[in-house]
Amino acid sequence: MSGDVIGWGGLAASLLFVALALVLTGRQGLGLERPIGVAVARSLVQMAVVGTALVPIVDPDTPLWWSWAWVLAIVAFASITTARRAPAVPGLVWVAAAANGLVGATGLAVIFGLGIFDLSGRTLVPVAGMIIGNSMKAAVVGATRMVESVADHRLEVEAGLALGMTPRLASERLLRSTLRTAISPQVEQTAALGIVFLPGAMTGLILAGADPLDAVRTQLALMYVILAGVVIGATTTAVGTLARLTTADARILPLERTA
Amino acid sequence: MGDGAPAAAGAPDPAAALFELDDVSLVKGTTVVLDHVTTSLPASGVTVVVGASGAGKSSLLRCCNRLEAPTSGTIRFRGHDLATLDPLAHRRRVAMVFQAPVPFPGTVLDNLRAVTPDLSTDAAAGLLRRVGLDPARLDRSADSLSGGEAQRMVVARALTTAPEVLLADEATSALDATATTRLEELARSLADDGMPVLWVTHDLHQVRRIADHLVVMLAGRVCWSGSPEDPAGDTAIAQALAERTDRGEGA
Repeated sequence: MSGDVIGWGGLAASLLFVALALVLTGRQGLGLERPIGVAVARSLVQMAVVGTALVPIVDPDTPLWWSWAWVLAIVAFASITTARRAPAVPGLVWVAAAANGLVGATGLAVIFGLGIFDLSGRTLVPVAGMIIGNSMKAAVVGATRMVESVADHRLEVEAGLALGMTPRLASERLLRSTLRTAISPQVEQTAALGIVFLPGAMTGLILAGADPLDAVRTQLALMYVILAGVVIGATTTAVGTLARLTTADARILPLERTA
Repeated sequence: MGDGAPAAAGAPDPAAALFELDDVSLVKGTTVVLDHVTTSLPASGVTVVVGASGAGKSSLLRCCNRLEAPTSGTIRFRGHDLATLDPLAHRRRVAMVFQAPVPFPGTVLDNLRAVTPDLSTDAAAGLLRRVGLDPARLDRSADSLSGGEAQRMVVARALTTAPEVLLADEATSALDATATTRLEELARSLADDGMPVLWVTHDLHQVRRIADHLVVMLAGRVCWSGSPEDPAGDTAIAQALAERTDRGEGA
């Protein structure tokens, strides 16, 4: 097993690859060097803290409610992250919290309610992280694309509103396009499963010496729950974002156009 | 005054007021877009709201359709406070067309059925004839229409809810001379048929061609209103259009 675990030297080597990415984005003038640097630094610190904190929590002797508290923290963190990506939307953090909470509740109910995994600290935290992490990505796309669409196509929305359409109907085309953008990557990923990439849980199980067929079943169950979670998360967030951009008397808030 | 317009057209009779604005202000961020506007818009003929870019005339119109809500003051439509009316129902009574026509995806018929899904093909064809478009266009893609045709289709689409008034916000500014003339004729004919038109423009010649009643705006205020025949109006317009206001309002 010792050869399967990456040492500190291996981790440092992977950062060389990030350096290459920085050179590429720098040449393209994307202005992404700083965000990439921050993301790498943050992930290092966060994972070090999480790795240390997880040890006692997943310990079989620790009461399970510690793990549930950890799951709540995941939902809160995912919601704040989503809200920060679309600051033009008032109260988006509550929309995102509803979306992530809904995805977490339904996803965990399926995984543990149907007995796909046994409920324990060792399973609850990683499974919740996988489900909510993926739905958060879709929620961020759902929220940001919805705001951009409404800002860029304000004329179209207001042409509909001026005819007496509800804000929802006047924005229907934009909402659909937003949802397609937010959900499609996960559909593609599910369709390419096994051929293009072997996802984390399965890789981990195989590396840990599990029977590949067991690993496949586990991974499939997770992927299906993640796919459904992405759809629920993206839809809830995009619809909620649209509602937050609309006043009670069916007007659209002032928004900056995107560049 | 237009040919054949009823004698009453343009007479600012308060009893017949369509919209009454009472001390209306609209503030967006730090910009005062409408500054204590008090005026009355008559319920017949073509009322032209004229002013330089940024004078607040588009915002005035948007307030009448409730796409904007005043920061303070009261707007009444046929005597009813707009703030107390259901906005969706109100917008169906107060049709609005914008600077650039915005066709919805699909055919011309799809567009006409956007808010009236039960509209019959015959009724749709009738509306196209009303705005001077060939009913054969019903099955054409709305994107295939020229700018002038699209703007007239948008007027037809606005007429599907049987509105009581038409608001036109610089509706000809993206059109060529021929298309502009045809849209002006359409506005005149709607007004003559009893549907009052509120027409926003910064084009002095257009004012001469279609106004029955005139409202001149300058820097967020109504600085003059009255009959276009009144020489005092000419002075007010000249003054308002000379003022190069740039107050950050989208034209």
